Amino acid sequence: MSALSLRGVGKVFNPGSDQEVQAVHGVDLSVERGEFISVIGPSGCGKSTLLRLIGDLTPPSSGTVSVNGKTPARARLDRDYGMVFQSATLLEWRRVAANVELPLEIMGMDAAERSRQAAAMLGLVQLDRFANHYPWQLSGGMQQRVAIARALAFKPSILLMDEPFGALDEMTRERMQSELLRIRAETGTTVVFVTHSIPEAVFLSTRVVIMSPRPGTITEVVDIDLPEPRSDDTREDQRFFELLTDVREGLRAVEDS
Amino acid sequence: MTDRPEFLRKVYFRLPAIGIFVGGLIVWEGMVRAFDIKGFILPAPTAIAATFASETSDLLAAGAGTFSTALAGLLLGGFLAFFTALAAARWRFVRDGALPFAIAANSTPIVVLAPIANSWFGLRSPFGSIFVVAVLVFFPVMINLVRGLLSVEASGIELMESYAAGRRTTLWKLQLPNATPYLFSALKVAAALSLIGAIVKEFFGGSQERLGQYITTKAGLLQFEEAWAAIVLASLFGIALYNIVVLIERRVIPWHVSVRNA
Ligand SMILES: Nc1ncnc2c1ncn2[C@@H]1O[C@H](COP(=O)(O)OP(=O)(O)OP(=O)(O)O)[C@@H](O)[C@H]1O
Ligand SMILES: [Mg+2]
Repeated sequence: MSALSLRGVGKVFNPGSDQEVQAVHGVDLSVERGEFISVIGPSGCGKSTLLRLIGDLTPPSSGTVSVNGKTPARARLDRDYGMVFQSATLLEWRRVAANVELPLEIMGMDAAERSRQAAAMLGLVQLDRFANHYPWQLSGGMQQRVAIARALAFKPSILLMDEPFGALDEMTRERMQSELLRIRAETGTTVVFVTHSIPEAVFLSTRVVIMSPRPGTITEVVDIDLPEPRSDDTREDQRFFELLTDVREGLRAVEDS
Repeated sequence: MTDRPEFLRKVYFRLPAIGIFVGGLIVWEGMVRAFDIKGFILPAPTAIAATFASETSDLLAAGAGTFSTALAGLLLGGFLAFFTALAAARWRFVRDGALPFAIAANSTPIVVLAPIANSWFGLRSPFGSIFVVAVLVFFPVMINLVRGLLSVEASGIELMESYAAGRRTTLWKLQLPNATPYLFSALKVAAALSLIGAIVKEFFGGSQERLGQYITTKAGLLQFEEAWAAIVLASLFGIALYNIVVLIERRVIPWHVSVRNA
């Protein structure tokens, strides 16, 4: 049973009105457990919408989504998803640690366990010193790291991440990428990851999915056959550069069409 | 100015306000003396202050009575508004049914109920005053709370959905915290309204130991220094009540833009 299976999935916003938008069209994709899928494509091509379809935050207009053999709704109720949205969406009245604890609180974990877990996650994103700050006292990139800590805190079986590292500097970004891979290796989490960065997609993924704009559909899937585990050496690998080129050409074909 | 003590800094920033206050009093006193303004038009500040000293116990008794009535009405109206707002946020039909009337009621001068309240509750009953104040406070607090509960960002709702949080959890962890700033801005308005309601109601009769009765009685007896002393006291209570709300606000929502100091 695959972790994720999409069959002919499409999404039309405001059907029948003059604001009708076909955001996603005819997406077929099957993802095995523990895979790391990056989705890359021009702005507005439906990447966020695709994540929201998988995460049951919006219903598909056509086709079916199945998650761990269940409907997305069932999977959401079973708390299979950890989501990192394109914006950090922290609760402004909660301090950083309390924001990370939010899902644990909702899932009924006891207080001591919660704060231990939150502290560990904040350590992971190197924000231990900011546990008692309010979100507005953090920079955009720091807020985004809090959101990542929050998504990882309850060890979901599927991580849906929408440009999570977009606001980070290059060095922090590379470190977060390595951390993410380490966590995935430890937990066997399946990841669907939206990004605009070709090197990031290639470095992290088992497969890179290239989408075309309106209606957003998958035009190409690039298998990333880089040796595991990935490390900083991977970024210097000859094969790494070849794959960068493959993905870039795939994207260029999309832009030109 | 960084090397000045904190206290002096505060005084420094308040200087313009203190200046206007003291200057105003001096001008007032000077005008009354220069033009020989009669007490029934405007007594001098010194005369009012002297009355304050001589009538302290009567004034404070009346003030305490009015203040506690206003506070009781504020709390009652606030609680009723809170639960009504929860219901309105939870059920669409409550919202659609009740909100238009609440908004209409909020734009009417509800104090006009004051004389009627006497015939409902009896002249001597304190409940008449509490009722008027509660009704007065109810509508702005309720309307603002509903607005606060419903104006959560879509992304926040999606976050809660992604955790499969139930309605009650979403209410407690997302909507209510989001509504607290709205609640406090409504309470600041309601604090002033509650004293207005209590005093206007007292104009129409009831116990002598209330500011409203005190003012009308003394004015009727042409004892304007006493009346003015009561007016000043009412203003002080109004300012005090407002500041109590502000103090609580600072404690409860230190995270909010209106409160936080970067
Ligand atoms: N809630 C919505 N209602 C109507 N249209 C929407 C909605 N959400 C997205 N769209 C439309 O769907 C299309 C795809 O949007 P989406 O946010 O999925 O793009 P994206 O690939 O994530 O873009 P970006 O890289 O800029 O984040 C856009 O044309 C957008 O206008
Ligand atoms: Mg997007």
